Amino acid sequence: MRDVAILGIGMTKFGELWDHSFREIGIEAGFQALVDGKLGSHDLGGLYLGNMASGAFLEQEHIAPLILDYAGLAGHHLPAIRVEAGGASGAMALHEGYLAVASGAYDFVVVGGAEKMTDVSDTEAARIVDATADTEWELVFGATLPSLWAMVARKHMHEYGTRREDLAALPVHDHQMASKNPLAHFRNKVTLDQVVNSGMVADPLGLLDCAPLSDGAAAVLLGPLEGARKYTDTPVKIAASQVACDTMALHHRRDLTTMDSTVFAGKRAFSQARRKPSDVQVAEIDDAYSIGGLVALEDLGFVAKGEGGVAMRDGRFFGKGPTQINTSGGLKAQGRPFGAVGVAQVVELVRQLRGEAKERQVAGAQVGLAHNVGGTGATSVVTVLERMN
Amino acid sequence: MTIARFWRETPRRYNLGGSRCSVCTTVYFPPRTVCPTCTAHRQSLGKMEPFQLSGEGEVVTFSIVHEPAEGFEMQVPYALAIVKAVEGPLLTGQVVNVVPEEVKIGLKVHATFRKLREEGAAGVIHYGYKFAPKEEAGTGPRAGREAEPAPTPALSPDPSRARA
Amino acid sequence: MQNMNAGIVSYGVYVPRYRITPAEIGQVWGVDGAAMGQGLNIERKSVPAPDEDTITISTEALRVALLRAKIDPQEIGALYVGSESHPYAVKPTATIVAHAVGATPHLTAADYEFACKAGTAAIQTCLGLVRSEMIRYGVAIGTDTSQGAPGDALEYSASAGGGALVIGRENVIATVNHTVSYTTDTPDFWRREGQRYPSHGGRFTGEPAYFRHVSECAKSMFQAAGTTTKDYTHVVFHQPNGKFPRRIGTQLGFTDDQMKYGMVTPRIGNTYSAAALIGLANVLDHAKPGERILVVGYGSGAGSDAFDLTVTDALAGYNRSIGLPVQFFLDGGVELSYSVYAKFRGKIDMGEA
Repeated sequence: MRDVAILGIGMTKFGELWDHSFREIGIEAGFQALVDGKLGSHDLGGLYLGNMASGAFLEQEHIAPLILDYAGLAGHHLPAIRVEAGGASGAMALHEGYLAVASGAYDFVVVGGAEKMTDVSDTEAARIVDATADTEWELVFGATLPSLWAMVARKHMHEYGTRREDLAALPVHDHQMASKNPLAHFRNKVTLDQVVNSGMVADPLGLLDCAPLSDGAAAVLLGPLEGARKYTDTPVKIAASQVACDTMALHHRRDLTTMDSTVFAGKRAFSQARRKPSDVQVAEIDDAYSIGGLVALEDLGFVAKGEGGVAMRDGRFFGKGPTQINTSGGLKAQGRPFGAVGVAQVVELVRQLRGEAKERQVAGAQVGLAHNVGGTGATSVVTVLERMN
Repeated sequence: MTIARFWRETPRRYNLGGSRCSVCTTVYFPPRTVCPTCTAHRQSLGKMEPFQLSGEGEVVTFSIVHEPAEGFEMQVPYALAIVKAVEGPLLTGQVVNVVPEEVKIGLKVHATFRKLREEGAAGVIHYGYKFAPKEEAGTGPRAGREAEPAPTPALSPDPSRARA
Repeated sequence: MQNMNAGIVSYGVYVPRYRITPAEIGQVWGVDGAAMGQGLNIERKSVPAPDEDTITISTEALRVALLRAKIDPQEIGALYVGSESHPYAVKPTATIVAHAVGATPHLTAADYEFACKAGTAAIQTCLGLVRSEMIRYGVAIGTDTSQGAPGDALEYSASAGGGALVIGRENVIATVNHTVSYTTDTPDFWRREGQRYPSHGGRFTGEPAYFRHVSECAKSMFQAAGTTTKDYTHVVFHQPNGKFPRRIGTQLGFTDDQMKYGMVTPRIGNTYSAAALIGLANVLDHAKPGERILVVGYGSGAGSDAFDLTVTDALAGYNRSIGLPVQFFLDGGVELSYSVYAKFRGKIDMGEA
C-alpha cells in the first residue's frame, strides 16, 4: 500500500439551494477539486460518489455516471462508483477512493459527496433519513433519528450526570464557527439559552440540538503522495482511513452511551497513523445531534468516558485545549447534506492544515481528524490527515 | 404497498416471537439465524430455536417525542423507550397508558397490543407491540385484593413462531 | 341433553384509559351536559386512544381471559368477535385477534354484527359448538369503539371497551343453564353502509325497542327456567345508559342490590357490544359459588339474548387476580378535554394531507 495525499478540494455552499440541481452542485464541487489540484481530466482514473438517498429524494438512482456525464467526462469512459453508508456515505466514499489509490489500482480519483434534500417536504425528508436506523424494529414503532439519539442523551445524563446545558454547548460553538464560514448553512450565532429553550424535537433534544437538512456537495482529489507536489504546494497525507460497523439497531448495542463503531474506527485510525488524540489539533466531529458529538469525543479517546459533559461545560474543545473541534461549524451549523458531510469535513481539515482557513484558522495545525457516523452508529468512519511540510 | 413486508413479521410483532441459541442459551429478539454471542458463529447455524418473550421488562432509556414519525401525529407527545425484556433482549417501543412525564428509567412495563400504522384511510392496518406500565398489585384500585404477582399480559405460545 | 354443564371457563375485560364527562361534551354544544349526564345516569364515558380499536381491545381482554384459566390458545376451536365498529368493513377482526393470542390456524373464526348484542350472539354460537362437542373451547368477544355524531345525544354515552368469554365444558366457573332469545324487525337504531355515524329513531328506541325486547326476553327466560326474580343473586342488562337498565330492572321486580354489580355504564359509558359482558364480568369479579345470574342483552334492529347462569365451585380454583378487575376501569382513567377527545376520535377534519 502506498501513501495517499489530498491534492485538491472543492465545496459548494451548504443550505437551501433552490436554484441548483443535484447535477449542478455535484459538478461544481468536483471541478473545484480538479482545478485546485491542477489535474487534467485525462489523468483522472475514476470517480467515487458518496450519496445516501438520491432515489428517495430525487427519483434518480445510478447517479455516479450521471455526474460523470454532466462533468463532460462520459467520453473518457471512466469508472464512476456510488457509495452509500447512511450519514457516513461521504466518508465511506473517501475510504473507497483512498483504498483504490493506495492499492495502485488508480493513480488519481475524485471523491465527491452530494445530497439534494430540499426537493421533498420536511416530513418526507425526515422519513428518508430516519431509514438509516432499523426500519423494521425501530422506526415501525415510532422511533425517529432524533428520538433514538435522545435516548442516548437520556441514558448519558442518567449514567454520568451530564446536564442539558452540556449538550447545548456544542451547537453554540458550532454556530459561532459557522458565522465565520461563508459556505455554512447557518451563519447566525446562538446562545446557550436559545439552544436549551429551543422547541422540543425529542426530549431532551431540542431543535437547536439537531443538524438541519441541507443541500450541498464537496469533493477532494486524491493521488499518490509521491509526486504530489507536482499538483499542490501543500499536500495533505491521508495518514489513516478506517471504518467500523456495529449493530443496526441502537437497542442491540453493548452499551447505549458508547458507539463501539467509533471506538474501533478510532483505535484503528490512531494505530494506522501512529498518533494519539493529543496529537490532533483540529477535528471535525459528527454532531448531527449534540449528544452524538459529545459521545464521539469520549469514544475517540479525546476525553474519558462519562466526562464529555464536563468537557463541553469547560469549553475544552472550543479553543482552550490542544484539540479544537468543528471549525467549519460542524454538521449542526455548516449543514448536513448527508452524502456530502464526510467529504466536507475533510475539506475543512485540508483548509486548516494548509493554513487557508482564514478567520477560523487554528494556528500550527499539523494533524486533523474527521469522524462521520451513519444512523445511530451502525457505521463510523475515522480519517486522520497530516500536513506534509 | 408494504403488506407482505409487515405480514411476514406478525409472529414477532404480535407475539414477541424471538429465538434462543441452543449452544449458549442467549435469547434474541427479533429472531436470528446465527448467534452473535457464540465465538464461532457457525456453531449455532441450524441450532437457533424459537423462543417466546413474556412481554415483561423495564425501561432502560426513553425520549418524549414531539416531532413524530409519520403516522404518529395523533399521539404527540408520545413516550418512546428502549425496554430490557426479563429474558435479556432489548427492544424499542412506545410506552402507552401513561402520562409522558411519568416515564422513568427503571419503570416496569409489559407488552400491549396496539395499532402501529395505517396505510391511509383505505389501506391495511398494522398491529404490534407497545409497552404499558405494570399496574402494581396492592396499589390504587387493586388495594385490598390478595397479594398476587402483578398482572401479566397474556402473551401465549405462538404456533406460527416456527416461521422464525 | 348432553353437556348441559357447559358455560364460562374464563373471562377478561379491557376498557381504554381515557374518559370524558357529559359536562365537557355539553359545553361545546351549548347544552347543560351535567344535567344530561344526570338524566342518563352517565358520569363519564371511556375514550379509546388513537392507536386502539376493537381489534386491540379484544386482544387485551382475551389475553387476560386465557391467562386466568391457563388455557392453551391452540385448544380454541372457535373465535367470534361481536361489534358494530369493526376496523374493516371487509377483513375479519377475529382472524387478527386469533393470531395475536396464538390461536391460529386450526379454528373457525368470524365477526358478528347485531348492534349491541353481537357479543351475546357469539356466546350462543360458542355454547352450541361446545355442547355438541365440535370444539373444546369457544371464544365470544363483545367489543366496540362506538361513536355518536358530534352533538347528538349518543355522543354523551357512546364509549369503548371489550369483554371476552371462554366457553367450554371443563372447569366451568359459571354454568349456562338456559339461553333464550327474542327477535323482531324493529328499526330503532342503524348505520347505513359507508356512513360514519349511526342514526336512531329518538324516543322510538325506548318502549317498542329496548324495553319491549328486554322485558319479553326476560319473561321468556323465567318461563323456560321456571324462575322468578328472587332466584337470581345478580342481574345484568344491556345498558345503553344508566337509566334504561334500572327502569327495566325495577319494572321486572329486581332490587338495587341485585343490579348493583351488573351496572357499569354510569362509570364508563355505553360500550355497546361489550356492555352486557363487562357487566357480567363485574358480577363474576364479586360472585360466590352457588349464586345465580341473569343476563339480558339487547341489540337494536332488534333482539335480546338472555342467559341463566349458576356460579360453580370451580370458581375457588380460578385466578381472578390475574389482569385487572372491572373495578379498576370503573375507578381509574384520565379525563380528556373535548378538543383532545375530538382529535382522538377523528372528529377533526384533517383535509387531504
